[in-house]
Amino acid sequence: MAIIEEPLALTSGEAATAERPLGGLTRPQGGNGWRDWLSTVDHKKIGIMYGVSAMFFFVVGGIEALLIRWQLAAPEGQLLSAEVYNQVFTMHGVTMVFLFIMPLAAAFANYLIPLQIGARDVAFPRLNALSFWIWISGAIFLNSSWIVGGGGADCGWFCYSPNSGLAFSPSHGVDFYAIGLQIAGIASLLGAVNLIVTVLNMRAPGMSLFRMPILTWMLLVTQFLLLFALPVITVALFLLMFDRLFDAQFFNPATGGDPLLWQHLFWIFGHPEVYIIILPSFGIISEIIPTFSRKPIFGYSFMVFSGIAIGFMGWGVWAHHMFVSGIGPFSVAAFSLSTMFIAVPTGVKILNWLATMWGGKLLFSTPMLFAVGAVAMFTIGGLSGVTHALAPADTQQTDTYYIVAHFHYVIFGGGVLGLMGGLYFWWPKIFGHMLNETWGKVHFWIMLIGFNLTFGPMHVLGLQGMSRRIDTYSPGFGFELWNMVATIGAFIIALSVLVFFYNVWRSRRDAPNLPAPGPDPWDARSLEWMIPSPTPEHNFDEVPVVESEDEWWHRKYGYDENKRVVRIATIEEVAQDGSAEGVHLPAPSFWPLVLALGLPLIGYGLIFNLWLCVLGGALTGLALYSWALEPVDDPDADHGHDDHHDDDDGGDDDAAEPEAVTSGAEGGE
Amino acid sequence: MTDTVTETHLEHDEDHGAHEHPSDWVYIKIALILALFTGIEVLTYFESALPFFENNSVTIATLMFLMVVKFYLVATWFMHLRFDNPIFGRMFVAGLVLATAVYCIFLSAFEFWA
Amino acid sequence: MATATIDSPDTHDDHDEHHATSTGISNTKLAMWTFLGSECLLFGGLISTYLLYKTRRGPGPDNTAIPTDIFDIPFTSVSSFVLLMSSLTMVLALSALTRGDNAATRAWLLSTAMLGSVFIGGQVYEFTGFIREGVGFTHNPASSAFFTLTGFHGVHVSLGILMLMSLYVASKQGKLTPKHTETVEIVGLYWHFVDVVWIFIFTVIYLIPVD
Repeated sequence: MAIIEEPLALTSGEAATAERPLGGLTRPQGGNGWRDWLSTVDHKKIGIMYGVSAMFFFVVGGIEALLIRWQLAAPEGQLLSAEVYNQVFTMHGVTMVFLFIMPLAAAFANYLIPLQIGARDVAFPRLNALSFWIWISGAIFLNSSWIVGGGGADCGWFCYSPNSGLAFSPSHGVDFYAIGLQIAGIASLLGAVNLIVTVLNMRAPGMSLFRMPILTWMLLVTQFLLLFALPVITVALFLLMFDRLFDAQFFNPATGGDPLLWQHLFWIFGHPEVYIIILPSFGIISEIIPTFSRKPIFGYSFMVFSGIAIGFMGWGVWAHHMFVSGIGPFSVAAFSLSTMFIAVPTGVKILNWLATMWGGKLLFSTPMLFAVGAVAMFTIGGLSGVTHALAPADTQQTDTYYIVAHFHYVIFGGGVLGLMGGLYFWWPKIFGHMLNETWGKVHFWIMLIGFNLTFGPMHVLGLQGMSRRIDTYSPGFGFELWNMVATIGAFIIALSVLVFFYNVWRSRRDAPNLPAPGPDPWDARSLEWMIPSPTPEHNFDEVPVVESEDEWWHRKYGYDENKRVVRIATIEEVAQDGSAEGVHLPAPSFWPLVLALGLPLIGYGLIFNLWLCVLGGALTGLALYSWALEPVDDPDADHGHDDHHDDDDGGDDDAAEPEAVTSGAEGGE
Repeated sequence: MTDTVTETHLEHDEDHGAHEHPSDWVYIKIALILALFTGIEVLTYFESALPFFENNSVTIATLMFLMVVKFYLVATWFMHLRFDNPIFGRMFVAGLVLATAVYCIFLSAFEFWA
Repeated sequence: MATATIDSPDTHDDHDEHHATSTGISNTKLAMWTFLGSECLLFGGLISTYLLYKTRRGPGPDNTAIPTDIFDIPFTSVSSFVLLMSSLTMVLALSALTRGDNAATRAWLLSTAMLGSVFIGGQVYEFTGFIREGVGFTHNPASSAFFTLTGFHGVHVSLGILMLMSLYVASKQGKLTPKHTETVEIVGLYWHFVDVVWIFIFTVIYLIPVD
């Protein structure tokens, strides 16, 4: 928690003039080597690092999924022991939710929000780097429990008491879960504060809130959900940690604790978390569908308000995860009702996507295939979701494979497919070359088929009564066929991911021989497409003045006297060429990385030896004060003075961190 | 949230320059009021001092009222929400209201008020 | 306003390229308020946990004591009063800095930090007293929840003291000038927030009688 205050207190160390930073680290001066990546504060590089790390953990979580499916392919599977099976499915869930989807969404948020609102960077560039490094240190910490913690957490991703207690989970796995998620949570909280301020304060002239692209809107709602949901899980995780490491009495029923306390706190966080996962994908879909339908989004304000409504209502439905936990008939009835209501804004979104496509000139490029696939799969998942809003039905379905089927349709079908579409869509903007269309379509169809083969049959299995989280089953219950189908499907998904990686490799190899994609390969609508691909380091040569929603599209197209759409300018005429020089950018820093290294040390210390905490705390403190003493703008950095840009950018910097103002002011004196 | 910002523009422009911080004496007066209220709060603990505090619900109502007023005074005067751009207050109130609502429902689910 | 003294976000016509931020308000201050909004949920969770557990003495006929049994209200009233008054010294520090009165700024910053330290000292004294009387962190759900809640608050106050002392040192080195009112104001926001949390805790946890 301290991390956020200190940067603000920085001015305490107002040494901001030309003092060198403390410690042995000289200030990095930019370049392209590994130092540059470790010290970058560029939102684009940070976004790429989030994306690459997320894909790495996608593979890790995917391997865990394959182990699960291999174990369940046939009755009496022997691949994993029951203990290891518990760890594998727990870590599969935790990895996919916290280490894959959330960071992949963070990758899009980091990379695209500043571009979509016409900003040079986020409001607090160094804080942004800190978020990434803290997140990755938490991710590595969490997974290190396989090696040093006696195995992964084994309590399921929602880690109910008393399973999470020492009696039933004596290894250190749950400790790593509790502390690792806290570390990752700090990262997301800092990121949320940063991005909220960015969206509210860093918009280009004329970019009013209701001219922002839907993706930015949905990401903004997501950041608010993170902002308010993370402290709740933080409380729960602290209580769990105190229970396990310091013998507190929170969740042990034998001594008067109440396991329901955990369940409530977890799901107060957990249900907004569902929307944290899905809303970025909704945003991406809302960018892709209009582009490939050649129409503006249908009902812009409905899209925005339904997103906000989902964000609000997401706070009032959490106990539908607990219908069989004994919360009493009144709670069950109330939460059942609120759960049915939340289907309404979601339905509005689906209707609007369909209406956007209606009558459009549809172009089924790979991003569009993924977007439409995501809408279709999400609809299936949403419908099965409504079936267990009804408490009596849920009583039958809960803790069966029906639930597993439901949330994979929502999270994989709605979330991951949408994010994949986003990767194909923005790939040229990020890396300067397209992904191969043919292989992209192969990827899509294999993934879609594999996905349905894997999770479709789970509906049947669940209704037949197969429990989730059992490590094996006996023959003769009729589970054999559909489990085998699901396992085959899982391997088909794995194949599709390999196809994706092959496509990435192949497209990169072929890129030099293909025509460059140019600023706007898809004839798209929002501001990021008016600058070159890949995005220049300074983003915009000149910050655009925004006059309408879909600003970029309106610069390319107008209406003739018959109100028909006509092209008024070519892309080359209206795009920026990225040639601005001497744009003044925030200087890189190593301190976010150093600070982030202290936190896992504190974590290991809490588990193994408190002296490590002292070491970790000292490192964190040192990094904080060094950070404070390091001016935002490197006085030694070499930057030319292009009047207009410098002025413009100086404005951003001033706003970003107070020291910048002072150093600027002092420079002027 | 959205209107917030647009409105803010206007309000900010209008009252720009007008929002001087109050003088130290005003702050001291606020602190005196806070001190007085704290005194009353503590008085409820010594039930014998005033007979009507023997009634629990009166005590609770008084305490909650004083707490809210104290909270409000610190937030509006010391934290400058009175004078500042309303967007700050809205961010804070969003968290405050959400927390109050969610945790009241949470406690209700445990039949805390019964 | 502090913002105005720092980066004069006076005009922000949408087409004015020289505006500092879209809303004309400071990023850092907005970030702090956003963060405080988030903190509400954190303390809300801890307070609710305590409220839920405040009478849970654990199993068995020989119930262990719970914090409400041994609250020393007069003592806590004094330390609550001390923390409340530290909010006054905090605004006076800010006000002094705005006037450019560095000596007074330092004096008020130091008194705020001192009052905060007195509060923390009182908390340590209270905790040791509780433990002596057999209400330890691990004894029952009520005491675990009590120590967690007040401990979290104590850590927040301690971090505030660190920030205040950093400001004090900066001022001592002549690096805290009226240009930095916003920094002091932001530290102040954090400090006042910690204070209002205690206003809540003092009433709801300490004063409202448990039947």
